[in-house]
Amino acid sequence: MSDMSLATPRAYRRPSTRRIQVLALLTALVAGLILLTLSCGRGCLAPGDVFAALTGAPGADASFVVSELRLPRAVLGLVAGLSFGLGGVAFQVMLRNPLASPDIIGISASAGAAAVFAIVILSVDGWLVSLIAVVAGLGVALLIWTLSARRGAAGARLILIGIGISAMLDSITSYVLLEAPAWDRAEALRWLTGSLNGAQLTQAIPVAGALLIFGGLLAFTARDLEALRLGDDTAQALGVRADGTRLRVTLAAVGLVAIATAATGPIAFVAFLSGPIAARLLPGAKGLLLGAALVGAFLVIAGDFVGQFLLPARLPVGVVTGAVGAPFLLYLIIRANKNGGTL
Amino acid sequence: MMRAERPHRFAGFAILLGLLVLTVGLSLTVGARAVPWDEVWAGLLGQIDSIGAAAVAVRVPRTALAVLAGGALGLAGAVMQGISRNPLADPGILGVNAGAALFVVIGIAWFDISGAQNFLWLGIAGAGLTAVFVYLVGATGQGGATPLKLTLAGTATSVAVSAFIIAVVLPRNDIAGSVQSWQVGGVGGARFDTLLPAVPFAVVGLLLSLASARVLNALALGEELATGLGQSVALGRLMAAAGAVVLCGTATALCGPIGFVGLVVPHLCRMIAGVDYKLVLPLSTLAGASMLGLSDVLGRVVARPNELDVGIVTAFVGAPFFIWTVRNNRMRGL
Repeated sequence: MSDMSLATPRAYRRPSTRRIQVLALLTALVAGLILLTLSCGRGCLAPGDVFAALTGAPGADASFVVSELRLPRAVLGLVAGLSFGLGGVAFQVMLRNPLASPDIIGISASAGAAAVFAIVILSVDGWLVSLIAVVAGLGVALLIWTLSARRGAAGARLILIGIGISAMLDSITSYVLLEAPAWDRAEALRWLTGSLNGAQLTQAIPVAGALLIFGGLLAFTARDLEALRLGDDTAQALGVRADGTRLRVTLAAVGLVAIATAATGPIAFVAFLSGPIAARLLPGAKGLLLGAALVGAFLVIAGDFVGQFLLPARLPVGVVTGAVGAPFLLYLIIRANKNGGTL
Repeated sequence: MMRAERPHRFAGFAILLGLLVLTVGLSLTVGARAVPWDEVWAGLLGQIDSIGAAAVAVRVPRTALAVLAGGALGLAGAVMQGISRNPLADPGILGVNAGAALFVVIGIAWFDISGAQNFLWLGIAGAGLTAVFVYLVGATGQGGATPLKLTLAGTATSVAVSAFIIAVVLPRNDIAGSVQSWQVGGVGGARFDTLLPAVPFAVVGLLLSLASARVLNALALGEELATGLGQSVALGRLMAAAGAVVLCGTATALCGPIGFVGLVVPHLCRMIAGVDYKLVLPLSTLAGASMLGLSDVLGRVVARPNELDVGIVTAFVGAPFFIWTVRNNRMRGL
């Protein structure tokens, strides 16, 4: 008997327990971070004061700081982080390549360019910006799929074409931002890296809505997506329609990433990092989507807190995640095998 | 690739020289402001009595800068493609220009360094370190330096470097505006007194790069064969790389990181002249100068009365070419 248990590595013995533990731990971490960002800033408040301010108890001193400044920031960080993590991992699983994340292949860049164009040139705001960003994201996804559709779309070709398209879109974004007279340049720089500065609860509403709709769509598609990882033929044999699944996943993932980008700017590398980190924490593939979403929220909220209070200067969250994400990308490149590696 | 006949080669030189002359002519006469011919002449002769003539007089150093930087980037791209045997190599894509920019920005922000000469040294140091770093990352691990790995290493490095540049610049409102517009890549603010110190650097880079044609030709046959032909591959590569780095650093210090010139130009030159680097290198220099000059002219025309920075134009023109190269080349690792 003891031989048997030696032959089975511990982590694989009861994957469901480990999975639930990891997911619970991640949820607790995110909740703890939110509590931390609500109570601590330049100075720290007692938990009781925070609670009083949130419930709107009359005469609470901290009411403005907590509910007008810190709460919108935390909420926007949470929903945007969840969206980036979920959208990113959906792409990575669908294309079976950790490098095929929306911020590398140009989906984030297209949403960012469209959002900047809509805000600065067309002078629209709110829902319309999100809608324009999603339409642009879907258009660019279609363009990249079409351009790389030779000998399979999942390979290096798709990533390289995405990088080329990103460069083009980024040049549009820089142009619009440089031309815009009303925009403070420092503010533009902040937006370009992704920032939660000046967050308002109204900004979080479209992101939360997208999270419900597209996140739900992904949750319903998760099983088919799982089958797709085994290859199109196997998926077909399991009764999964490969093209239909890909269409739904693309729609959902682009929707998530584009709407979050329209609200916060392209926060560097959150979509790219969340999936691989979650995959290393979780045994097997189940729960990967939820895990990646939680990791995304953790990265955004923690990155924002570090950038605001733990560094000598106040920096937007995108600078922090960019500085963390780039070394990880370099590590993946060094480790990558010839097909780019799987998640 | 077509085999180049001898008359064909001279035709290539003649066409590109003609294009360069045309570019210079356009760059001096076309701009956000329409200037009549007599005022163009007056401006060229240094008589700046009318506004039109003054505008033309400003275009002279600007044109010189575009030609210098464009030639440097085109040649550097050709050398990099030769050294790494990678059709996607470009100082912008590989992050080398971004590295040069980071050093210049740090110099401005932290050490109060000013003066064109110092920027040049900083730019060259930054370009050199980044080039070594990106190449090491791209070449480590399975499969060696494939185009995909090198490009990704360059992209990752660019993102990290950009994050760092923003981290340096954001707390400093006094320099944010100038750094931001410099970082997009522009030749608009050119003056002869900042341009002249760069000329010796450009010449050194040019000579080192042009001298490496033999080594690059040998490398194209494969490393073993090159060694067998009696080429000192390691030394030759080092010299060629040093030349390319000096060129990139100089160009970036002068007008900010400009991408895609070094990618597009060598490919076009190979279409004209075949694969011989003795031809490709000088042709790339000419064509790079023309491309940057024409991009600058285009940037002045399309957004009248405003101007588009030349880095935006080259990215917009060059990125489709990059995609086309990815689609059409049969590359290692693709």
